[in-house]
Formats: sequence, structure tokens, C-alpha cells
Amino acid sequence: MADMVRVETVEQAKQNQEYVQALADLLFQLADDDFILAYRGSEWLGLAPHIEEDVAFSSMSQDMMGHAVMFYEMLEALGLGKADDIAQLREAKDFRNAILVERKNGAGDYNDNPHYDWAYAIVRSYVYGLHKQVRLEALLQSSYVPLAQVSRKMLTEHRYHLMHWQVWLNQLANSTPDARHKLEAAISLVWEDAGELSDLGPNAEQIVRYGLIAGEELLRQKWLNETKEIFKKAGLNWPGEPGAASERGRAGEHTVDLEQAVATLSEVYRIDPAASW
Amino acid sequence: MQTQMERSDLTENEKMEAFLARIDRGEKIEADDWMPDDYRNQLIKLISMHGISEIMGALPEKEWVPKAPTLRRKLAIMAKVQDEMGHGQLLLRVAEDLMAPLGKTREDLMDDLFTGKLKFHNVFHMEAPTWADAGVIGWLVDGAAIITQTMSLDSSYAPYARALHRICAEEKFHAQHGESIVLDLAEGTEGQRQMLQESITRWWPSLLMFFGPPENGNVTSNQAANMRYKIRTQTNEELRQAFLTKYVPRIFHLGFTLPDDTIHFDEANQKWVYQQPDWEAFKQIVKGNGPRSAHRLNLRETSYEESKWVRDAIMSFGRQAG
Repeated sequence: MADMVRVETVEQAKQNQEYVQALADLLFQLADDDFILAYRGSEWLGLAPHIEEDVAFSSMSQDMMGHAVMFYEMLEALGLGKADDIAQLREAKDFRNAILVERKNGAGDYNDNPHYDWAYAIVRSYVYGLHKQVRLEALLQSSYVPLAQVSRKMLTEHRYHLMHWQVWLNQLANSTPDARHKLEAAISLVWEDAGELSDLGPNAEQIVRYGLIAGEELLRQKWLNETKEIFKKAGLNWPGEPGAASERGRAGEHTVDLEQAVATLSEVYRIDPAASW
Repeated sequence: MQTQMERSDLTENEKMEAFLARIDRGEKIEADDWMPDDYRNQLIKLISMHGISEIMGALPEKEWVPKAPTLRRKLAIMAKVQDEMGHGQLLLRVAEDLMAPLGKTREDLMDDLFTGKLKFHNVFHMEAPTWADAGVIGWLVDGAAIITQTMSLDSSYAPYARALHRICAEEKFHAQHGESIVLDLAEGTEGQRQMLQESITRWWPSLLMFFGPPENGNVTSNQAANMRYKIRTQTNEELRQAFLTKYVPRIFHLGFTLPDDTIHFDEANQKWVYQQPDWEAFKQIVKGNGPRSAHRLNLRETSYEESKWVRDAIMSFGRQAG
């Protein structure tokens, strides 16, 4: 706890290389989680179950992409390269997102025979969103003041997203047997990966020691408690302890799904990263 | 006026005369007002086609949304395509109100789309193989749309005019968004300029077709009816001329060429002379035989069918809650 300080500016942060390293490690997780899930959301464009939802879902993906941009810009400010380069020129193995957000939306390609799973979209967005809420709230106390400030801003937008997903979860859980069945199947799928969300990566100890965010176990318990409450309200069975994939995204281990996502999202930029686009 | 028109002792002819008198006085018609079937049908045809074109029009750009080259462009194009879906939603609601007395719903419109009865704009049947196409669609296709929609801002049907006011305001941002993509390419590397030139060349015939065939003095009965009802005020050719006046000089100014050596402004007649696109091809395209028609319809139909369980669930939930 002796290391808990208030770091007001980038310059101040840069005086301690270890602090910068821990901060950057955390920022990559935050940025990559939002960036990749927003990318998955953008693949849904034009394919949502009805037009009104298409508009709403797209709006939330934009918010999330906007959050990723803010985190990438903080990395840029720390001297880690241009935000665009960080987002688009890294290889999949350099990403620090959790495996949950990189999973494909369903079978097929977004532009070629997509057979996307709306129940999975809802459950993944909501479970991730609940975790993000806990994480952003914890970041309000971050020793890195600029991070606490952007988190406050994000929380305002994020609350609306959670309300949206709650309506969907509740509707599907209490409608037709088919919808209920699909929802439960989606919960099982999401549950196979969700446990990794609170993982702070190989450098977790330093991240917590420098007071950048609360510890993993705290985040995890708070998130699980809230999720349990939500499931109960919707009349859904509690699926138990969430698992984690065999790959550890926070350590740069990823599935082929992320490789494809990164190739697609950077396809145009990589034609000529030095050009103005 | 209203009460007089709704009097049952008026003959259909008298109602029609009173209606046309309202149109002539520049009055606006609301959804619940009496209107001749012909007027209603013209509006349903026009507005449902416009609405579905916005929705199908999201698909070519959607191809580039996940691939947009910078973070700023990623955010901008997501917002842009979302707006297009929003326009579609707004217009379908206007069409739904008009269809309600006929017992028709949005489901019927979707069915008509899949069976080919409801057509969408020729431009959205075309291929968009490069990032430059995302720019050209925003700049020139939306630019063309602004010209046709501006004509209807003063439409006699008030709900359509209101929707168009909002749509046109947003379309102007879209055209700027497209122009901004185009300018980065135009001022960029040789490779970027080439990508843009190929896109302009590719889209040119479709842009000419966008306004529909020229009248050559023979205004169709549909057009005449729409003009009589003050649903539209200009002919296809007048709109195309306005488009050429606005954009041809800009394209040349940026140093790009058009696939038409003959195009020029005829000072004597004060109009553009240009090579006609293949109007037989146009007919085939809007019939659903364009290069990407089947692909895009399939995309929309698959997602619509596969999400039937979701719509069923919402209905079921609504019944329980209601």
C-alpha cells in the first residue's frame, strides 16, 4: 500500500517505469476488450432481429468503440505509438482481450452466409457489460487520475447499455420455450469463457500494488453477485462458477477467431499505414 | 374543410375535387385525412421503396464497416450506416400508417422485398469491392439522394415531408463524411488515387441511372400523378441535370476522369450532354438481376428468417405482459 499514490498526469507517470508498465498492461486489457467486442458488434450491422434493434445495437457498439479509442489514446500519450497503429498493426498475440469477446458471432462470415446467434449476442453483451460496470466503478478509485476521469464518463453511457440488455434478457427468459432454450444454451457457451474477465494478466500483482484497480478477487465477487441477482430476477438458473478457455487472452494466447478479426479490421489500414486514410 | 369532406353525402367525385383543391391551395395532407386511393397507393409505393432502399442501402457500406481504416473512420462509418437504418425505420413507419387501412404491415413489406415485388434503388444492387467505394457511396450516392429528397421536402403528404426534413439534415453529414474519405484518397498516394479513380469509373453509370430514365418529353403517368398531387415537383432528367451541375466540375477539379468522353455542358441549351447509360441493364438491375442483388437479398432474408424466433418471443412476452 506504500505504493498507492495519486498520479495526476502522463509526465508524472513516466517518472516511474514500473508504474508505466503496469498502467500500460491494464490499458491494453481495457482497450482490447472494448475494441474487439465493438468490432463483433459492428459485424452485426444490418443483421439484427429487427430494424429498431439494429439501430440501438449499432449505437452501443459505437459507444464501446469510442471507449476503446479513449484507452488507446491514453496508451499513445504514454509513448507507446499512434493509437491507430496500436489498434491495427499489432499481431493477435499482442492483444490482451479476454477470449470471451473475440469469439465469433456465430457460423459464417459477416458478409458471407452469416448465421449469427442473437441469444449469444445478448448474453455475451450483458455478462461482459456487467463486468465492465464493476471494473469502471473500481477505476473511479484508480491511482491514475486520467483513467478515473474517463471511467466516470464511460459509466454514464454504459448504464443505458445495461438497461437495454436487461430488457432483452428478461424478455427472452420469459417468452417462448424455444427462446428460453436458446438463451440457456447461450449462457452455457458464455459461461465457458466468462471467468477470464476478471483476470488482470501476468502483471496483476503490480497493477494492484500501484493502486490502478482493485484486485481480481474483489472484481470477480462483485460481478458474480450482481450477475446472480440479475439472473434470479429473470427467473434463470444460476450456472455456477464460470470457467475459462484453455487459451489465456490476458497473456496473449488467442483463438483463430481473433486472428481473423484482426486481419479484417486492419485490412485497409495495412495497405499503407503511412498514408492518410 | 375536413368535416365537409368526410360527409357521407358527398360523392367520390366531390371528395376528389375537394382534395385536389386542398393540394392546389398548398395544404398538407395528414395520415388520418381522407385521400383518394390513388394518392395513397402512389405514396405507399414511393415511401416503401424509399424506406427499403435505405435499409438495403446499408448493406454495401456495411461491407466496409468492420474494415474502416482508422479509429476515427471506424466510428464515423458505424454512425453513418446506423443513420441509414434509422432512416429506413422512420420511412417504414410512415408507410405503415398508410398501409394500415389496407390491413397491411411491415411483414408484408418484407415479404414483398423477398419476392421481388418491392424494388430498391439500382445503386444498392452494385458491387463495392474497395474502401474507395465506401467514400464514393457517401459522397456521390448520398449526394444524388439529397437532390431527389430535397425535391420532396415540400411534399403534400405531411408525414413524409417531416421525415425527409430530418433525413436530409443527416444526409448532408453523410455527404461530408463521404467527401472526407474521398479527399483523403484524392490527396493520397498513387495507389489511393487509383483506387478512387476505379471506383468513380465503376459507379458512374449507376449514378446516372439513379434518377431513372429520361422522359424525353414523355412524362409517365406515375410521374404525372405524383406531380399533380405535389408529391414530387421535378422530372428525372431535371434532377439528373442538377446532380451533374453539382458534381461533374468537382470530380474534374480533383483530377479524376469519367468514363464518358462526350460529357460537356451545352451553354446554348443550358444543359449537360452525356452518354446515356444502358437503360435495358437498368431494368434488369432493379428487377433484382444486378451483380449483388441476390447476395444482399439473401443476407437480409437469412437474417430475417433466422430471427423469427426472436420476433415470436417478443410477441409472446408482450401478450403475457399485456
